[in-house]
Amino acid sequence: MSPLLKLTSVTKSFGAVRALKGVSFDLRAGEVHALLGENGAGKSTLIKVIAGAHQPDGGTLEIGGQRVTQLTPQAAHRLGIACIYQQPALFPDLKVSENIGLRLEPISLLRRINWAARRERAAQLLQRLGADISPDAEAGSLSMPEQQLVEIACALGAGARIVIMDEPTASLTQTEQHRLFAVVRDLRADGVGVIYISHRLDEIFALADRVTVLRDGESVGTRDVVARPSSVVRRVPNERSARPHPGPLPQGEEVSQPATGLTKHATFADPLTTILPLPAGEGRGQGERVLEPAGLSDSSPPPITESELIRLMVGREVSSIYPAAESEPGEVVLSLRELGCTASGVKKITLDLRAGEIVGLAGLVGAGRTELARVLFGLTPADSGEIQLNGHPVSIRSPQEAVTQGIAYVPEDRRRHGVILEMPIAHNLTMAIHPRLFPGTWLRFGAERTHALEAMHDLAVKAAGPDALGGSLSGGNQQKVALARWLATRPRVLILDEPTQGVDVGAKSEIHKIIRRLAQEGMAVLLISSDLPEVLGMSDRIAVMRGGEIVAMMPGGSDAHAVMAAALGQDRGES
Amino acid sequence: MKRHFRELSVTGALLLLLLSLAIFAPNFFEPQPLLSRLTAAAPKLVVACGIALVILCRQIDISVGSLFAVCSVSAGLLAAAKLPLPVAVIASVTLGAVGGALNGALVAGVGLPSIVVTLATMVTWREGLRLTQQGVFVNLPDGVQWFGLPMAAGQGIVCGLALAVLLALAYALRFLSVGRFVYAVGSDAEAARLAGIRPRLVTFGVFVLLGALTGLAAVMNLVQSPQVDPGTGRMLELEAIAAVVVGGVAVSGGRGNVWGVLAGFLLLACITPALTYLDVKPYWDKAIQGAVILLAIVADGVRRRKLNR
Repeated sequence: MSPLLKLTSVTKSFGAVRALKGVSFDLRAGEVHALLGENGAGKSTLIKVIAGAHQPDGGTLEIGGQRVTQLTPQAAHRLGIACIYQQPALFPDLKVSENIGLRLEPISLLRRINWAARRERAAQLLQRLGADISPDAEAGSLSMPEQQLVEIACALGAGARIVIMDEPTASLTQTEQHRLFAVVRDLRADGVGVIYISHRLDEIFALADRVTVLRDGESVGTRDVVARPSSVVRRVPNERSARPHPGPLPQGEEVSQPATGLTKHATFADPLTTILPLPAGEGRGQGERVLEPAGLSDSSPPPITESELIRLMVGREVSSIYPAAESEPGEVVLSLRELGCTASGVKKITLDLRAGEIVGLAGLVGAGRTELARVLFGLTPADSGEIQLNGHPVSIRSPQEAVTQGIAYVPEDRRRHGVILEMPIAHNLTMAIHPRLFPGTWLRFGAERTHALEAMHDLAVKAAGPDALGGSLSGGNQQKVALARWLATRPRVLILDEPTQGVDVGAKSEIHKIIRRLAQEGMAVLLISSDLPEVLGMSDRIAVMRGGEIVAMMPGGSDAHAVMAAALGQDRGES
Repeated sequence: MKRHFRELSVTGALLLLLLSLAIFAPNFFEPQPLLSRLTAAAPKLVVACGIALVILCRQIDISVGSLFAVCSVSAGLLAAAKLPLPVAVIASVTLGAVGGALNGALVAGVGLPSIVVTLATMVTWREGLRLTQQGVFVNLPDGVQWFGLPMAAGQGIVCGLALAVLLALAYALRFLSVGRFVYAVGSDAEAARLAGIRPRLVTFGVFVLLGALTGLAAVMNLVQSPQVDPGTGRMLELEAIAAVVVGGVAVSGGRGNVWGVLAGFLLLACITPALTYLDVKPYWDKAIQGAVILLAIVADGVRRRKLNR
């Protein structure tokens, strides 16, 4: 019996960015296969390839043993692939039954709708999930988990054999999570293959049978979470299916402690195929984890531990390409005391930032890092706690006040907000310093041009000239322009949000040098980055955020493992 | 050169039209009728310049026609009550600014979409005026028409005012910080906010300015006839928006200038008389104007897609 889904060395590039560099992955009937990786490791791209939203550039994709090329979302749907995203994609103004009907009924503009049948079917599907949701409720009136259940009902109704769930528990409470887990286990018992994406390790250990780790667009390992005999099917052709199920699965609370409680299932382990060979790419030292099929002895590979999982995720060495600090940090410039903002979920941030110091803000997407930056820049003003600048309490209610106080913020997503694409570079560069550069009534183009040329020279912006439009620049140069605009305000505190995202390697290293130079000149830098090596390499100190709070402070050059563990909340103990 | 291609091409089209008129219908250029036509068109140009600012900010205002009528009637009533003309002028401009401020407060302050806000105020002003004025024309006393001056001088003042507005706005957009901020807000309000600009204040400001210019335009129109029609200004917003769009101001904001608006305005304004002079059936007038507008929008759309490649 072939796996439900098999990807071999799948690659996918977007322009110059190689999102997937060779991912191999397989999904069996009746298993929950977790997909884990840092931000930007390629998880989203991978599920979009599976769902037919992206066409892979290379590699093969097999569904139910059949090689599939040119997979479209419609074809994926026909082949029994259903995707449940973090934010359910229901039509909020339509009833639940209408939403389900729209997904499941054939699309035909002139077909008469059988309202009774539509309602009946919806009711049946929801009942099968044990969901207490009326088919007549408006989808928008449902809670997030209820909406997810409706999505799952759609998947069930479509007869999906492969269900992809992208961080389904991100917005659920504990009880709701457990209810969702029960549904996932039911799906598994029905022989559905579930691809489960989550950042929460405890969930993966509670729910998943196997886990595949992605890093930098490559699959770096597939391991059993709970060793189970499902692989027997592949080895011995005539044996019955993957059942027997190894008893009721442990509840989340039981297994949330690391590793120890898990090995008890190891007796079910089959010696074979529990580990897939690593892709034949660069050998990065994971060799020792590639276990060869061990014949029929009982030396089965042990299930993975949390610690191993984190090591697989972070994997790389922090190279010495990052410019090192050459002087001691000076006085405390920015001091935050129990700073909070209810609207953006930032809680009790206490942090000191010194002149000449780079403090990295690490954490997963949604951990509250950008939100904190926006509080400091007055975009969503704080509603509790205190901000002190050079020892004096200040109130920052608007970006104008932040600028006056000497705080500069270079936002993420620079293509949208960092530079104004329709404006010449020179205009972009002087945007934040009009009062200083043009003290009289009118603009002085000579002074503007001089300033622009200096700034462009200073940061080595490659452009046709100061009159070239912002939109004509490459990503790295746009970032330099965004940075230069704020440097012109001569800030005391510089907040950088993902300064090298989508920037090519050369420009990235230049930007790193600039950041270090600025710190060296006495600026206090707060560096937000999802690129873990960057945070580790650039920062003098690292604040790890999770759930809107700083959960750990670590020295620069800390172990990636420790940072990732804190960001994931591994040390949280029982949940 | 390349950056102003859009404005230059409109100017080129205008020159081409004028050239063909010079060859085939030289009497189009007889001074007196030409000056009369320009004078009649001048108030619309002033409104078009104001709307250009609003569109540069990525907003729209379709209430100017109604506001124009309210200002015209109010100024007319004041003049009819024998108040000195300057008082009527100031009242009209102030009333216009207040009307613009109302739109601006609802759009920038409350955050409502400008198309709906100004649709509501358009209907409100127009219907309110109909209720109070009952369609009665306001007869103006002597000494109001042409500011009490000889006709040629009056025409000169009206055209001069339009030119002054044009020059002032062109200067402000190019040489003042606030002009730069208008472009920034129209290009990307969030990016502008992140750059320390106050997008809502800028947006409010352009609505107020448009209102004030509408009040001024009402007076410039008022002095050209012996009475005020309370139904005046119908379709004014559409003519103004058309001129702005043809003149190369992107409806998506952040691009264009008042010189383009002038060229677009003159191009559209010349089509009607040109057809008469060139002996083309006048039914084609609106169709050709429509085609010119369509062409302008398509050109902008193509350009925008190139930039967002």
